[in-house]
Amino acid sequence: MRRIVFAVCTTVTGLVLLFSWPASLNRTTTVGTTATTDAGDAGTRATPSGTGATTSGTSVDAATTTPATTPSTTTPTPTTYDGAAASTRYGNVQVRLTVTGRTVTAAEAIDYPHQNGTDRQINAYAIPILNQDAVAAQSANIQMVSGASFTSNGYVQSLQDALDQAGL
Amino acid sequence: MTAVAATCELTPAPTSEPPGRRAWVEQIMGMPISVHVRGAGSRDPATARAARQLFASLRVADALFSTYRQDSEISRLQRGELDLGAADPAVREVHRLCEAARIRTGGYVDAWAAVPGRPGLFDPTVLVKTWAVARAARHFDALPGLALAVGAGGDIALRAGAEPQPWQIGIEDPRDRTRTLATVPVPDGGIATSGLAARGAHIVDPHTGKAATEVLSATVIGPSLLWADVWATAVVARGASAIDWVGTLHGTSGLLVLADGTVHRWQNQA
Repeated sequence: MRRIVFAVCTTVTGLVLLFSWPASLNRTTTVGTTATTDAGDAGTRATPSGTGATTSGTSVDAATTTPATTPSTTTPTPTTYDGAAASTRYGNVQVRLTVTGRTVTAAEAIDYPHQNGTDRQINAYAIPILNQDAVAAQSANIQMVSGASFTSNGYVQSLQDALDQAGL
Repeated sequence: MTAVAATCELTPAPTSEPPGRRAWVEQIMGMPISVHVRGAGSRDPATARAARQLFASLRVADALFSTYRQDSEISRLQRGELDLGAADPAVREVHRLCEAARIRTGGYVDAWAAVPGRPGLFDPTVLVKTWAVARAARHFDALPGLALAVGAGGDIALRAGAEPQPWQIGIEDPRDRTRTLATVPVPDGGIATSGLAARGAHIVDPHTGKAATEVLSATVIGPSLLWADVWATAVVARGASAIDWVGTLHGTSGLLVLADGTVHRWQNQA
């Protein structure tokens, strides 16, 4: 049993690297910081970059994935296993598996590379969040505007002009 | 004038200057270039010097690449007065990137089909802006702690530096350019938007020679501003079928708005 779990852990560790675990798991890193001292150290550094980059979409993910293990209460008790931290050229990767009976019911990265800008690029970019209405658009806390190439003539119409003024 | 009043409403004038924040704007290559910095050292003389060097680098690129200047290397190449082999290394680098862009977009971004009625004539304008921005931004490499954003006519190169918060970028609504349609946090990389809002139907499908009209605007976010811009232009040129194609752009996210008002968003793993 242990050997199977270890094998699965190793595979999942590899998969995490391959697919560069989605930004949605940035949340779970902070959740899992108590698991190991190593993750705790890295977790505090992850909080600014990770959660900052994905503030909008991920809280929902974190909320839905955690209760996902609770329906299994009718079946044997879930047990969690933390894989050994795998050292990679990008940093450490550590995976936690939840096993219910003989089935892996959940896998999450409790540590993953997030030390510098290059590592941030490996993780997925956030998806644009649509503004709900005009009020939201106006109150949006934005610093720059991306739009169809505007020339100097059209510049005064652009939001960027106002943002430049605010920053000057 | 009403438009100006509207933009002022969107960003209320701060009562005091935000600490650790600074911005510069200059008009280069016929467009506004905005340089924003955040973080400790924003108001240091070294930061202002880096900004000046960045602008200077863009002016050098303009002198090399502008098709509006008769004496630019591109104009001389186009007239046959200059061989590519004898051109500035920067020109040859952009030439190679244009070849890569043509291949990687299936011909939808084609620097040899950019001038109407002159097939085969090399015009790298589509790539030059973002290439020049990336090169110019290197002047901030010596100040790695600063968060940096360089906006060039709606395309932005970004760097988080040591600042914990990513840049918050608004994406313009192509149907009402005084509004933002969406917001996206970007720590490092680039965000580019191509579309029909600013200059009408100016992006041509090189395969048919006809102006693209199905996609109002495409925004691509990725690790490289140059490639984000290439992808965004290719999406507009492709038309509605690009909704499937963007799924192949690994390591990007983005948003596109179709002429019928449909909004499609995506997020791909690297």
